[in-house]
Amino acid sequence: MIEETTVKMTKRIWIHSVVGAATAAALTSVAWAQGAPVKIGVLATLEGPFAAGGADGMRGAELAIRQRGGVVAGRKIEMVRASSNANPDVAVNAVRKLVEQDKVDLVVGPLSGGEGIAVKDYSKTQPNMTFINGGSGAQATTLQNPSPNFFRFNTEGAQWMVGLGKAAVDKGYKRVMVIAEDYAFPYSQVQGFMSEFCRLGGKVPVKAWVPLGGKDYSSVIARIPKDVDALLVVLGGADAVNFLNQYEAAGGDKPMMGGSITVSQDVLNYRGKRRDSLVGTISAGPYADSFDGADWKAFVADYQKNYPVSAGGYPSPSLFALVYYTNMKAALDALEQVKGDLSGGQAKYREALSKLELKMPTGTVKLDSNRQAIGTTFVTEVVKDSKGDLTTRVLRKVDNVDQMLGMKREEFQMGSRDVPACP
Amino acid sequence: MSAAQWRRAMNGGLRHAAGSSGQPPVRVQASAVASGAAAVDPYADSDAPRWLKFLWRTLSARHVLTFGLALVFPFVATPFFTFQVAAQALVLGLIALSLTFLGGYGGIVSLAQMSVAGMAGYALAILGASSTPISLDWPWWLAVIFAVLIATVCATVIGWLSVRTEGIYTIMITLAFGVAFYYLALQNYTLFNGFQGFQKVYPPHVLGVNWRDPLPFYFLSLFWAMAGYFAVKWIVRTPFGVALQGVRDNPRRMAALGFNVVAHRVAAYAVAGFMAAIGGVLMVWYNGLITPGSVNTGWQINILVIAVLGGMRHPIGAFLGAIIFVLLQTFAIDLIDRERFNLVIGVVFLAIVLFSPDGLLGLWAKLRRRFGSDPSVTSPSHRQ
Repeated sequence: MIEETTVKMTKRIWIHSVVGAATAAALTSVAWAQGAPVKIGVLATLEGPFAAGGADGMRGAELAIRQRGGVVAGRKIEMVRASSNANPDVAVNAVRKLVEQDKVDLVVGPLSGGEGIAVKDYSKTQPNMTFINGGSGAQATTLQNPSPNFFRFNTEGAQWMVGLGKAAVDKGYKRVMVIAEDYAFPYSQVQGFMSEFCRLGGKVPVKAWVPLGGKDYSSVIARIPKDVDALLVVLGGADAVNFLNQYEAAGGDKPMMGGSITVSQDVLNYRGKRRDSLVGTISAGPYADSFDGADWKAFVADYQKNYPVSAGGYPSPSLFALVYYTNMKAALDALEQVKGDLSGGQAKYREALSKLELKMPTGTVKLDSNRQAIGTTFVTEVVKDSKGDLTTRVLRKVDNVDQMLGMKREEFQMGSRDVPACP
Repeated sequence: MSAAQWRRAMNGGLRHAAGSSGQPPVRVQASAVASGAAAVDPYADSDAPRWLKFLWRTLSARHVLTFGLALVFPFVATPFFTFQVAAQALVLGLIALSLTFLGGYGGIVSLAQMSVAGMAGYALAILGASSTPISLDWPWWLAVIFAVLIATVCATVIGWLSVRTEGIYTIMITLAFGVAFYYLALQNYTLFNGFQGFQKVYPPHVLGVNWRDPLPFYFLSLFWAMAGYFAVKWIVRTPFGVALQGVRDNPRRMAALGFNVVAHRVAAYAVAGFMAAIGGVLMVWYNGLITPGSVNTGWQINILVIAVLGGMRHPIGAFLGAIIFVLLQTFAIDLIDRERFNLVIGVVFLAIVLFSPDGLLGLWAKLRRRFGSDPSVTSPSHRQ
């Protein structure tokens, strides 16, 4: 347990200091600072709509600390938790408390997109601190007025969908209708898909934007044109199941493609009549449960060992556990590189972060000039296993996906309701 | 009977029967005695300006003490406490004060006060400057004036539409307005920018001062909080305020006496809306952004929680409630290092309301009665 190690470490440090002070009065403050604990504030949504995801994000961040035995560069790691409810104003209040009241050295967080933009804006008022993203994936965070001390080691919504466009064309889909929730994250997801799909000659005649948490999809289902080959459904877990039920009731038969958070366990456990038609559904995301890389398997095993289902963990780490783990691991790896030295307004540390090549269970991650991750995306397909259960398999692994999605910086436009378009 | 006569009658009645004015005259004498300066009101018969008379009658030693503490506080406390705890409490207190005024003196419990504040905030973000292209970039003072104006008009319209309801129905209809506004802001993209709202809505740099720095912003909030506080204290002693309390206590009788009950209530909504609008402008400047999350049902209820927590009998209750609320929101997570810290907040709220239905003010009155200094000069328990 992290609490136990903390106690032990405190004792050890206490003894260290006493022995040190007794043997040499010349033990300078620098030497002391090397042994002093490094305080890392972690912000996740422990309340509100993403409370479950936030809790798993905390587990991911904690796992990265546990893997180091709670110590980095000889300094004990102290994790200070903070909570928000996916509202940006609450997130900024929580971060301000971490920075100004709890006096943490680094902040890892927040979880959701709007929060990320707000915390990035706040980070500009604290130029001597370093902020590392948690799970938030809004494109604008690192594209519009990026902050020199805000780093993001996870890829974002548009990057997660790279590769899906090509997979759709390979499956023979030429015309696709988009059904997605009406806010920034799905905009990015749809852009990630469409920029590739349109380039390869695909057409998207209709985009239906539905409210977040909507219950009734009948008007959307009525608008599905006869001549589309497939539907791209970018809806969160429960919304996706609602949509599936209603689409089945309406007698729909178009094949589906899913967003990064659409094809979740909820959807795979779907028991309706259309269950078999889910086989062949393709989607893309920053990770895949079924990826068989050795590092990934080790990571999953480590997560399962530390957070068994009986203790509240998931059977397999969620997306939020992975992204928080990624960002916390980056924070600690860079700290190790500078030997725990955060002096001089953390300038050296930020330098190390910018140049970091992060070895992740899913592949190598490095940063672009806006301090945004360039990483790996997985394209997956739903298949039926020998027991008849639905599961996913990795179709393709795309490395070095950057935020520009292969476009030039000048011609790149952020995703929105109307961008991109290829009717 | 004219309003002035009514007011005299009310005040006269209070001396004997502990009626229901905001400021019973008994306390005026008490404070004069306490200060030791003079036992009688020196301005009673003089031609001194009315505001001086008002100040003399209203101010007492504890006002001066509180004001002194509020002035010294930011120089002793850390910037964090000044900005996030104190300034935020003052801003939320001001919005809750508008509800205390409506509820405590008008008998109207409106859940739409946070929405009115949010309307001012959105209007400011749309008319003024933000990082969203929708904003019209008007000069800040023009944007502020129009924001407050728009929100006050909206509050008046809400009041006009819900004025014929009573009690729980008022709560329901104002809740409905609040929820409607939340969904409008959430789903409209041409004006409200939907889910993302507006970022970077900062207070201006005026007179070479960055008003978002902790110290200037604290004093800005303190100024408006005090302005709201004294405005309420003043209004409840004006003919309008006294008539409003009459409407609260017995609307049919007031109507029989020739008072326009509906007009008084709508006017109360307008006054409260004006206060909430100023609070809303400060709130946006405090957060630096506004999103639908700032006006959701949770926040509508939080304002009611703040008002009830502090006590609705006196305008200071709103600020006491806000301080407790902000302290809990900020520090509860340190008390219990789990995902359960909201439980602490809930338990404290429950305890306060359980042990004192009148909030902190009621608790204070109870304590004073028990360890009572001098029962003859303290005000009766049923003062409102």
